[in-house]
Amino acid sequence: MYRYDEFDHSFVQARVAQFSDQVERRLAGEITEDQFRPLRLMNGVYLQLHAYMLRIAIPYGTLSPKQMRMLAHVARTYDKGYGHFTTRQNLQFNWPALSDIPAILADLASVEMHALQTSGNCIRNVTADHFAGAAADEVADPRPAAEILRQWSSVHPEFSYLPRKFKIAVTGAERDRAAIQTHDIGLHLKKNEQGELGFAVWVGGGQGRTPILAKKIRDFLPEQHLLSYVTAIVRVYNLHGRRDNKYKARIKILVHETGTEEFTRQVEAEWAALKDGELTLPESDIRAIEAYFAPPSLAARPEGDEAVKLARLDSRSFGEWLDQNVTTHKNPDYAAVTISLKGIGETPGDASADQMDAVADLAEQYSANEIRVSHEQNLILPHVARADLKAVYDTLVEIGLATANSNLITDIIACPGLDYCALANARSISVAQDISRRFGSLERQREIGELKLKISGCINACGHHHVGHIGILGVEKKGAELYQVTLGGSGDEHSSIGEIIGRGFGPDEIGGAIEKIVDTYLAHRADKSEKFLDAYRRLGPAPFKEALYAGEAKAA
Amino acid sequence: MKVLTANRLSDGEAVWFSPERTWIETLEGADVARDPAAEEALDRFGKESFARNEVVDVDLIDVEVTSAGIRPIRLRERIRAAGPTNRLDHGKQAELANP
Repeated sequence: MYRYDEFDHSFVQARVAQFSDQVERRLAGEITEDQFRPLRLMNGVYLQLHAYMLRIAIPYGTLSPKQMRMLAHVARTYDKGYGHFTTRQNLQFNWPALSDIPAILADLASVEMHALQTSGNCIRNVTADHFAGAAADEVADPRPAAEILRQWSSVHPEFSYLPRKFKIAVTGAERDRAAIQTHDIGLHLKKNEQGELGFAVWVGGGQGRTPILAKKIRDFLPEQHLLSYVTAIVRVYNLHGRRDNKYKARIKILVHETGTEEFTRQVEAEWAALKDGELTLPESDIRAIEAYFAPPSLAARPEGDEAVKLARLDSRSFGEWLDQNVTTHKNPDYAAVTISLKGIGETPGDASADQMDAVADLAEQYSANEIRVSHEQNLILPHVARADLKAVYDTLVEIGLATANSNLITDIIACPGLDYCALANARSISVAQDISRRFGSLERQREIGELKLKISGCINACGHHHVGHIGILGVEKKGAELYQVTLGGSGDEHSSIGEIIGRGFGPDEIGGAIEKIVDTYLAHRADKSEKFLDAYRRLGPAPFKEALYAGEAKAA
Repeated sequence: MKVLTANRLSDGEAVWFSPERTWIETLEGADVARDPAAEEALDRFGKESFARNEVVDVDLIDVEVTSAGIRPIRLRERIRAAGPTNRLDHGKQAELANP
């Protein structure tokens, strides 16, 4: 993985020193909250309901064991012994004292981590496919591009005060696991007919109060033009993006209001002036960054198939976990393991310090020193020998992280919601816990099959409800929580925005409503192979509306 | 009826303003303003304390007083006063359970 060079080290350390001084001056009353607020946000420090919150960047979701152990250390020393992995592949601590944050940032800097650009109207942490470098279906590892973008965008002087925040995601496979169509810029790394690497460029996707899918404005951008072209896009946005209205300030609104064709023309015109200039990436630089992400040398472990076969015969629960949480690796002796942070009835994305340490140990022993954070709020061990899967599974059982529910209905994305977040209107976690318990039986979940359920506690949509096969949006109505349900959303290469099915449900009704929706799917699916999303796309909303609201219409 | 609430600058702890003119860490014991003059007084104390850099996010919130004590009208404020509903071992509720 990427290792800081001298510049990176001194840059991050200088920022720690700068922010430590700012915190000190704030605590001494030398600067006001109005002066301090933008400074703390630039360093990932928010104020929430119960305490401050520190959001730590995990670039493209890649962590080393040493970094994971440091997160565990911070959780134990300065927080309440746990952390929360987010839908942007980051980690949030919910309880740090402001006075401790300089020490936390110094600890993080010692393992090449920081909280820069995890807030504010700048280019945020660049996200990527969590199976990058491991997935069998990958054309090329998307992380070198993500790292180049990270370096280029870090305190970029022109792009530090954009009209609004700006999110970039990169995938290197046809199967989109990075949800690129819901990002400000989505990049799909692929090869052309000549075998050269380049990007399909998608622009103007986003969720929030106005969900819009990105438009593809270029089918193949040769890789050396990555920075000049992205600069052209962000420059057009910086110039024309609306600063008069926060709710219309994202690039999705600009693309929508300008029209894709005209927006593309403006980008191409800007690019014409930049192309082949100093932003052109030298071949040697691209290859140098790529070298950091060279595949680990994985020893031949051909005994894996036999070992897995025997272990499966021996343990049904291991077999179920294999079916759900193990993904095909490009090396046939290996596999990528999804560690579910969605224990039945637990808070999605939370991990204790002890669990973090144990995952770090597993990565060191079994996964070539690599850990990933997925935008679905799980952890990944990307390079596990199939022969070691049983040993990994047994350890996960011991630490309570062996839930075999990846991509099933209890693998829920949920934002922190009103339990923590100052912006939320309703709780998300409590709804996730209720649904998780209702569908806790693995047999029932497997009968239902793939179903992505996503919950947001306000219209900002951090819980990605718009692209959930089932989406739940919490709102506040007459002082009480109310949950709107959307169906048919999807955040992959066939993205779609979910449709609101009808009136919302109270906190005591939402779990039952979800059961009705699932039962309706089970009753109407063509056969077991027709997934929920496919069935919804074939059936449309009618049978689901009927199941949810028919009684009311008759009563009325 | 209203009480004055904020987060303490140094550690972000949710606090409420007491009749003794200090910030306390529980809603119970907060000074309840029952008329516009009392609300104005609380509002003034809040602004002064903010200006002295003791607290941030100062807010006058609506409450009712029941036999069980002070109860905020909005769920948001009830969660602030108790702690996250997914972690009963955290926040004020934990401290009240294990003083």
